[in-house]
Amino acid sequence: MMNHLPVLQVIIPLLAAPLCVIVRNGQIAGVIAVASSWVSLWMAWKIFQLVQVAGTISYNLGGWLAPVGIEYRIDTLAAFVLILVTLVGAVVTPYAITSVKKEIDESKESLFYAAFLLCLSGLLGIVVTGDIFNVFVFLEISSLSAYALIALGKDRRALIASYQYLIMGSVGATFIVIGIGMLYVMTGSLNMADLAILLPELPSNRIIPVAFAFLTIGVCLKLALFPLHVWLPNAYAYAPSAVTAFIASTATKVAIYMLLRICFTIFGPDFSFVKMQLGAILLPLSVIAIFSMSLVAIFQTNVKRMLAYSSLAQIGYIVLGISLFTNTGLTAGILHLFNHAVIKGSLFMALGCVMYRLNSVDLESMRGLGKKMPLTMGAFLVGGFSLIGVPFTAGFISKWYLIQGALEKGLWPVALLVLMTSLMAVVYIWRVVESVYFSEFGGSDADEITEAPLGLLLPTWALAILCLYFGINGTFTVLAASSAAANLMGVGS
Amino acid sequence: MNAMGLLNYWFVIVLMMIGFYVLIAQGNLVKKIVGLNIFQTSVFVFYISMGKITGATAPILDSDWSVYSNPLPHVLILTAIVVGVATTALGLSLTVRIHEAYGSVEEDEINEMDE
Repeated sequence: MMNHLPVLQVIIPLLAAPLCVIVRNGQIAGVIAVASSWVSLWMAWKIFQLVQVAGTISYNLGGWLAPVGIEYRIDTLAAFVLILVTLVGAVVTPYAITSVKKEIDESKESLFYAAFLLCLSGLLGIVVTGDIFNVFVFLEISSLSAYALIALGKDRRALIASYQYLIMGSVGATFIVIGIGMLYVMTGSLNMADLAILLPELPSNRIIPVAFAFLTIGVCLKLALFPLHVWLPNAYAYAPSAVTAFIASTATKVAIYMLLRICFTIFGPDFSFVKMQLGAILLPLSVIAIFSMSLVAIFQTNVKRMLAYSSLAQIGYIVLGISLFTNTGLTAGILHLFNHAVIKGSLFMALGCVMYRLNSVDLESMRGLGKKMPLTMGAFLVGGFSLIGVPFTAGFISKWYLIQGALEKGLWPVALLVLMTSLMAVVYIWRVVESVYFSEFGGSDADEITEAPLGLLLPTWALAILCLYFGINGTFTVLAASSAAANLMGVGS
Repeated sequence: MNAMGLLNYWFVIVLMMIGFYVLIAQGNLVKKIVGLNIFQTSVFVFYISMGKITGATAPILDSDWSVYSNPLPHVLILTAIVVGVATTALGLSLTVRIHEAYGSVEEDEINEMDE
């Protein structure tokens, strides 16, 4: 049983999904979803412990040895991302049970859970697999289910957002397939570890850089790096609350994981960052992303949309860390990948609570909500502070490392920019705080607005407390991130 | 390597650019999906043609032949075709729902309605 954990990690949610469709009952499907996501979290934890002790785990599917067979390969980074994805999954599924009842037709509830579990298993598959074509297959499983989940939003603009995401996402995925095809033509292998050995041995040629370009652009479309981000704000803003919380904290993060895999594991840091100068491309793009998206976030009136733009800025921080191409920078990137997922999860879930009561997340309609829903807004406040990077919150630690990484490279303007954009985060979070805590309640049905139900509050606070916990005691996250970074940098050098 | 030897790749590039152009330039949601399909088809052709080996036969064991085409790209692309069908189906069903909600499948008209 323990030997098969890597494959069970993918298979359990994958099998639970059709089960949800068969039972055709939202209640039972919800229970199945919660159970399978909790089992996934438990397995991810076991795998993480195993990797800590035994190093990289390799699992050969069906007993076929790599590179002929498909290999599942889990190193420190993969185990860390596994924990992140399953953690968010395990928190969002119980949240969804209450939230979905309000936001999605009863007849579609079981289908919602099926799509949700498919998305989860696709994301987990991307993380565990060591076969590059397998990555594409899992990517499409997670993306297709994500498109369907976003289209479940009540607003009709959710349909347009989902369509836009589908077109952009499919183009990105097709780019990835082209890249994979070129690699296969040149090496005859699809196994990542095998490719890492074969690629440097090839005589210098034009095809490998082209393959590298296709793969990185495809992945950057998926992770919504500026200027390939246009699909993201609407998709986050109009999707059902539970979906936004889940996708915002996992889908783009797994895409960043793919970027790391491609740059560091397959092509090797020497090729990606020294020969191809990827850092010189990613650095300015991420700097523009951080600055412009923080600026746009300040002028949003829909709070969900505001957080979506802030997500784009945060993705900029993560990519910035990666582009620095130092141990500290990479640690900061991976750390922020984890912390930001937890932060945004808690923020979007708090907004889901607001949506549950108010049916709107406009700044205007949230006036005076601090008195009506103190617990919800408390969680929002914790998440908001963490987003800004106030000390003793998770955001502080990752930004600390990021600034350190930038200074190490002598890039003090970049460090200054990180501080300045943190102040911009203060501005947009403050707009919500002002409206929520310092203005009178404006709605007519003042008595009907009460605190969100416990089924929503508990998961929201679970993530909010994690924001605080990882801010006060960062040992777990920092150790995992730095060992993952050292692992990545070590390959090929 | 002369230009004729790379003929299949030229076709792939032309097809890819046609698909990509349609995808970008068309404002009609159905035509965009057609463009996406052409774009994806070019990648299928790319994979299938790269498995071909000059003078080789189909990869079925036969006593008269010793050289076979590489079957792996074909198998890979079967998966990608299935994914393509799923994407098309989802895209078209979204278009149907957009038509129900907006009464139009033209991008500019839809954008006007949401202003």
